[in-house]
Amino acid sequence: MTYGPARALPGDQIRITTNPDTEPFWQAAKEHKLTACECGECGHFRMPPTAVCPECGSRAKNWPALPGTGTVFSYAICNKNPKNGEDYVYVPVVVDLDGAPGTRLNANVSGCDAEDVHIGMKVIVDWTPIQDDWVLPNFKKA
Amino acid sequence: MAWVNQDKCAIVGVGSTDYYVRGKSWPRTINDMAVEAIMNACADAGISHKQIDGFSYYSTAGAGYLDKFDTASLMETLGMPHISWSATLTSGGGGCPGAIGLATAGLMNEDCTYSVTLMALQQLPQHRLGVVFGSAAPNPENSFLQPSGLVGPGHLMSVLARRHMHLYGTTQDAFGEVVMATRANTHNRPKAVRKEPLTKEQYDASVMLADPLRRLDFCLETDGAVAVITTTMDRAKDCRHKPAVVHAAAHGGQREWGRAFAWMGMPDPHFASSGHKFTADRVWAQSGLSAKDMDVALIYDHFSPMVLMQLEDYGFCEKGEGNDYVLSGKLRYDPVTGKGVNGGTPVNTHGGNLNEAYIIGMTHIVEGVEQVRGTAINQVKDAEFALVSGGPASLPVSSLILRKD
Repeated sequence: MTYGPARALPGDQIRITTNPDTEPFWQAAKEHKLTACECGECGHFRMPPTAVCPECGSRAKNWPALPGTGTVFSYAICNKNPKNGEDYVYVPVVVDLDGAPGTRLNANVSGCDAEDVHIGMKVIVDWTPIQDDWVLPNFKKA
Repeated sequence: MAWVNQDKCAIVGVGSTDYYVRGKSWPRTINDMAVEAIMNACADAGISHKQIDGFSYYSTAGAGYLDKFDTASLMETLGMPHISWSATLTSGGGGCPGAIGLATAGLMNEDCTYSVTLMALQQLPQHRLGVVFGSAAPNPENSFLQPSGLVGPGHLMSVLARRHMHLYGTTQDAFGEVVMATRANTHNRPKAVRKEPLTKEQYDASVMLADPLRRLDFCLETDGAVAVITTTMDRAKDCRHKPAVVHAAAHGGQREWGRAFAWMGMPDPHFASSGHKFTADRVWAQSGLSAKDMDVALIYDHFSPMVLMQLEDYGFCEKGEGNDYVLSGKLRYDPVTGKGVNGGTPVNTHGGNLNEAYIIGMTHIVEGVEQVRGTAINQVKDAEFALVSGGPASLPVSSLILRKD
């Protein structure tokens, strides 16, 4: 099927909330820094950020700067804006993050036609301003 | 080792309302439908509804997506003199057959004598599942999923299906065959919502909602209620029908599946799976049986690819071979012989969520009961064992094996 250019969903319709476990991720995103939650004891990465390391039980967390690149693990092609039902081609992608083994982000990808997105495609972070002055990490084709 | 409660309890009554296209059950109330289903199940069992003293729910006692069952209200409504068991599995439709295991726990602990498991669903516009997901207020957890626009379950499962296609060469033709093979079972079912035969051309023309999934890969949106009564084998002997014996039942799952498509963190090969391997292995261990021993399989079919992935997880075929298994016709029921086709096990002889009605899995239990009673509309000849599965979703998921008495 032919869909044409993949676009990220409009940021002004996206809202997030945070808690003390997740907020450092979003604060870093505000500064256009991609991070992931790393255990301060054993170095295991986990996303989304949670209170305790599932491997060693430590509460210590590090928030290292990641390269901001990744690989498409899987995706869907959608053609209606979920907010209003209008025609809108967007591609939700599940991205394996470079520099944080085992972690993924769910985002939109742009910079290519939707039908050209594929598993294994290299992507780079692309920042989308959203409601309440937060910033969302999306991706574009690398 | 055989399960300690193997063959100790049985489903003795099944009851339902009519099935309605989404929203069409109004102005009936959801409680009216729930109570009708309970009373029909009791009549089927040959007991009074006032003999029910246990409630074994799933889906966190949800009734659809926004309503909740409350045991106290149901007691008040039905005039039940007392209850001594009220429990639920957590999460959602994944726990449906597991609720029969929960009932068994209450019965074997001598907490109750007759347990009801029920679901009622009324999808008024604001209660549609896709809408509920998409309009859920953001929370710190779903803020890592919702912004991607993966707002409906069909969006979410299309991502799993895509990975399966990538890893194993699975085709959309196989998804279509799941729909067509089970649609072929509804033409003679008075209550089924979709009864017309489905051609491949019609399937291929179905609108793409979340590529690679088409509208026809999504289950129906329907209203209605279904209830089933579980009791001990000694009491079951006095009921109206032959007992559908609870041979094995398990719920749970492993960390690698976890929150599943509400998370998307599952490593391969769990990502492109149904998350059922753990409970499948449990019911096979409890029973000493395997997929080849099942005479009929009632597989939760919210989305067609998840049927294929469950068939792999239960061992009807090897992991990654679901495409060829499905396309060889092995899901089909042959009404002439009353058996499967090409050495397969008939799947969803009632038409399933895709074609008959979607009451969050309860219709699969009803069909399992009717098959081992020998009274199913599309009766599998000499059916001794029926497998029933819950919906692939956040844990727990669950499994049930019913046996002919």
